[in-house]
Amino acid sequence: MDKEKDNVLLEIEHLHTAFRINGKFYNAVDDCSLTLRKNEIYAIVGESGCGKSTLATSIVGLLDPLNSKVKGSIKYRGQELVGLNADEYDKIRGEDIGMIFQDPLSALNPLMRVGDQITEALYYHTKDSEAERKKKALELLKRVGIPDPEGTFRRYPHELSGGMRQRIIISIAVACSPEIIIADEPTTALDVTIQAQIIDLLKDIQKEKESGIIFITHDLGVVAEIADRVGVMYAGQLVEIGSVFDIFEDPKHPYTRSLLNSIPQAGELGDRLHVIQGNVPPLSEMKRSGCRFAPRIPWIPASAHEENPSYHQVGDGHYVLCTCYQTFHFQEEK
Amino acid sequence: MSIIEVKNLKVWYPIRGGFFNTIKGYVKAVDDVNLSIEPGETYGLIGESGSGKSTIGKTIVGIERPTSGSIIYKGEDVTKGRNRKKLKYNRDVQMIFQDSLSSLNPRKRINDIIAEPIRNFEKLSKTEENHRVKELLDIVGMPKGSMYKYPFEFSGGQRQRIGIARAVSTHPKLIVADEPVSALDLSVQAQVLNYMQDIQKEFNISFLLISHDLGVVRHMCKNLSIMTRGRFVEVGTREDIYDRPQHIYTKRLLAAIPDINPRNRQEDTKERLRVEAEYENDEKAWYDKNHRVLDLKPVSGSNTHYAAVPESNSMVEQGGK
Ligand SMILES: Nc1ncnc2c1ncn2[C@@H]1O[C@H](COP(=O)(O)OP(=O)(O)O)[C@@H](O)[C@H]1O
Ligand SMILES: Nc1ncnc2c1ncn2[C@@H]1O[C@H](COP(=O)(O)OP(=O)(O)O)[C@@H](O)[C@H]1O
Ligand code: SF4
Ligand SMILES: [Mg+2]
Ligand SMILES: [Mg+2]
Repeated sequence: MDKEKDNVLLEIEHLHTAFRINGKFYNAVDDCSLTLRKNEIYAIVGESGCGKSTLATSIVGLLDPLNSKVKGSIKYRGQELVGLNADEYDKIRGEDIGMIFQDPLSALNPLMRVGDQITEALYYHTKDSEAERKKKALELLKRVGIPDPEGTFRRYPHELSGGMRQRIIISIAVACSPEIIIADEPTTALDVTIQAQIIDLLKDIQKEKESGIIFITHDLGVVAEIADRVGVMYAGQLVEIGSVFDIFEDPKHPYTRSLLNSIPQAGELGDRLHVIQGNVPPLSEMKRSGCRFAPRIPWIPASAHEENPSYHQVGDGHYVLCTCYQTFHFQEEK
Repeated sequence: MSIIEVKNLKVWYPIRGGFFNTIKGYVKAVDDVNLSIEPGETYGLIGESGSGKSTIGKTIVGIERPTSGSIIYKGEDVTKGRNRKKLKYNRDVQMIFQDSLSSLNPRKRINDIIAEPIRNFEKLSKTEENHRVKELLDIVGMPKGSMYKYPFEFSGGQRQRIGIARAVSTHPKLIVADEPVSALDLSVQAQVLNYMQDIQKEFNISFLLISHDLGVVRHMCKNLSIMTRGRFVEVGTREDIYDRPQHIYTKRLLAAIPDINPRNRQEDTKERLRVEAEYENDEKAWYDKNHRVLDLKPVSGSNTHYAAVPESNSMVEQGGK
C-alpha cells in the first residue's frame, strides 16, 4: 500500500443524509465529500442548521433508520460504513471511531459511576481482565487531567463540573485508542478557560495517537486555534474547503468571508458589525437548485452566480463551490 | 452624574440543612460589589458561569433582594420598594434575558408581549398602542406582520430582537442585558449587537451588558469589570483591562480567548500554559485564606483602573514589565 493511501483514514464521497419531515425526505447533508488523514484535525464550521451534526451522526451511524436515509459512501480505511448493520457499527464505534458530543451530561449515564462507564467501554472492545480495565481507566482519567482519579472513578456524573464531565467523555472516546475522533461542538457549553484546556488536551491526544479528528464548531476562533484543514458548511454543502491558512488568510466563498467579517474585532468601540442578511432556511424550504447562498447576498446580480455551482480549485487543496467569488463584494464596498 | 450606582452590594443565599432546616452557611453570590453606569454608556460585566453576574443584574432590576448594600437611582435607594414606586423605577429599568423563548410568554402574541410593559405604565388607546408596537418592531428590523404571531414562530435572533423591542417599549433609561447574544450564531449576534447600539444612540439608553464573551464586551463597552466568586477582580476601561491586565484571573481569561489568526497558535498556547502555571503556583497569593477575592486597589498611574492584587503587587507600574 502506498504512503498516501495509508494516511487516509476516512473518505466521504457524495454523502446525502435525508430526514423525513411530514412524510417527505429532505437532505440535511447534500452531496458532501471530504478526506480525513492521519494526524489531521479537520474542522467543519458553519451557522446552526447547516447540517454539521447530521454529518457527524452519519459518520458514526447513529441516525434513526426509520426517519432518515443515507446515500453515498463513507469509507473507514477502505471499509464501507454506509449500510452496516447495528452490530457491525457498534464494533467500529469506540474501537476505531470515538465520539465526543456537545452536552457531556446527556452523553453519560446518570445512574452509573463514571469509572464504570470507562471500564464498560474497555469491556466491549478489549480482552482485558477486570483489574487491567480498572488500571487503564485510572490511567485515562489521569491522562485527561482529572486531579483525583481514584476519587473521581467512584463519582456520579452529576457530582462533576461541566469541564470534568467533558474530560470523562474524552477519556471514554479515546479508551480504545481509536484512529478517528468525531467531536461535535465539544467546547461550546464550557467557559473559555475550560474550553482552552479541552482544546489543548484534544491536540495532545491527537499528536500522541496520530489520530485524525473531525472537529465541528460554529466558533471561528476555535477553528483558528485547532484546525489543520477546514470545511465551511452552508445549507448542507461544503462551500469551501482549504487549509486553515487558506480559509483565514485567503477566503474565497462569500459565505466564508461573511462569517469572518461578523466577528467582533479589537477595532474601534462601537464599530458596526457585519450582518449576514436572512437566515439558514429550514430543510423543507431549502432551494435545491442554483446557489443556496445567493438569497443572502441579494445585491450580487444573478448573472454572477453559477447555475449549478461546482467545485473550483483555487489553490493547492483549496476548493470553492462558487464562481461568483471572482466578482463578489460586500455591500458597503461597492 | 451616573444613571445608577450600586454600592457595597451583597446578595447571599442561605444554605439550609439538617433536621431543623437551619442555616448552615451562605452562597455569597454577590459579595460587596460597587459599580456605576453613565447615561448612554454600555457597561460590561464579564465572568465565568457561577461568578454572580446574573444575580447582580436581577438585583438591579428588583427580581432579587439584596442582603445588604444599596442601589442609588436619581439620588434615592431603590432597594426600598417605596422609592421604586415614586421614581417609576420599574418603568425606567428593563431587562433582556439570554433565553428569549422562555422569557417570552409562549401563549401570547407578539403585540401583547411587547405592549405589556406599556400597559403597566401608560394608558394608550388600542390604535395608539398598535402604532407604538409597530414602531418598536420597526426599530429592531422586524416586519409589522410579526405582531400577530407567537414566539415559537421566530428564530433565536428574531426572538432576541423582540425581547429588545419589549424592553425599550417604556423608554427606559437603563437596560440590563444578561447574555443577550450568547445563544446566537455569529451572524445573528452581530445583528442584535448592532440594534442595541442603534437604540442606545436613538434613546440615550444605558446598558449593563452581562457576558462571558470577552470579544463581545470589548466591542461594546468602554468600561467594564471582571468578576469571579461574587467579587470584582479588576475594573477599568477596555484599554486598562485588555492591554494592561493586572490580576492573574484576568490574564488567565484573556489568554484563553481563541485567537482568530492561526499563525499565532503556538505562541498563544505557550503564553496560555505560562499564565496557567503562574495561576496554579501562586493562586493563594491572589485570594485571602477563605478563598475570597482581595479588595480592589487603584493601579498606580491610572484613575480608572482597579485590581484586586496582593499588597506587594499593588504598586506595580502600569504597563510595566
Ligand atoms: N432528526 C431530524 N429530523 C428532521 N430534521 C432534522 C433532524 N435533525 C436535524 N434536522 C434538520 O437538519 C438541518 C441540519 O441540522 P443539524 O445537522 O443539526 O445542523 P447543525 O449541527 O449545523 O446546527 C436543520 O434544518 C435541522 O432542523
Ligand atoms: N436562588 C438561588 N439560591 C441559591 N443559590 C443561588 C441562587 N441563584 C444563584 N445562586 C448561586 O449564586 C452563584 C452565582 O450565580 P449567578 O449569578 O447565576 O452566576 P452567573 O450569572 O455569573 O453564572 C452561583 O453559585 C449560583 O449557584
Ligand atoms: S456563484 Fe454560486 S456559490 Fe457563489 S455565491 Fe453565487 S450562487 Fe453561491
Ligand atoms: Mg449541531
Ligand atoms: Mg448568568
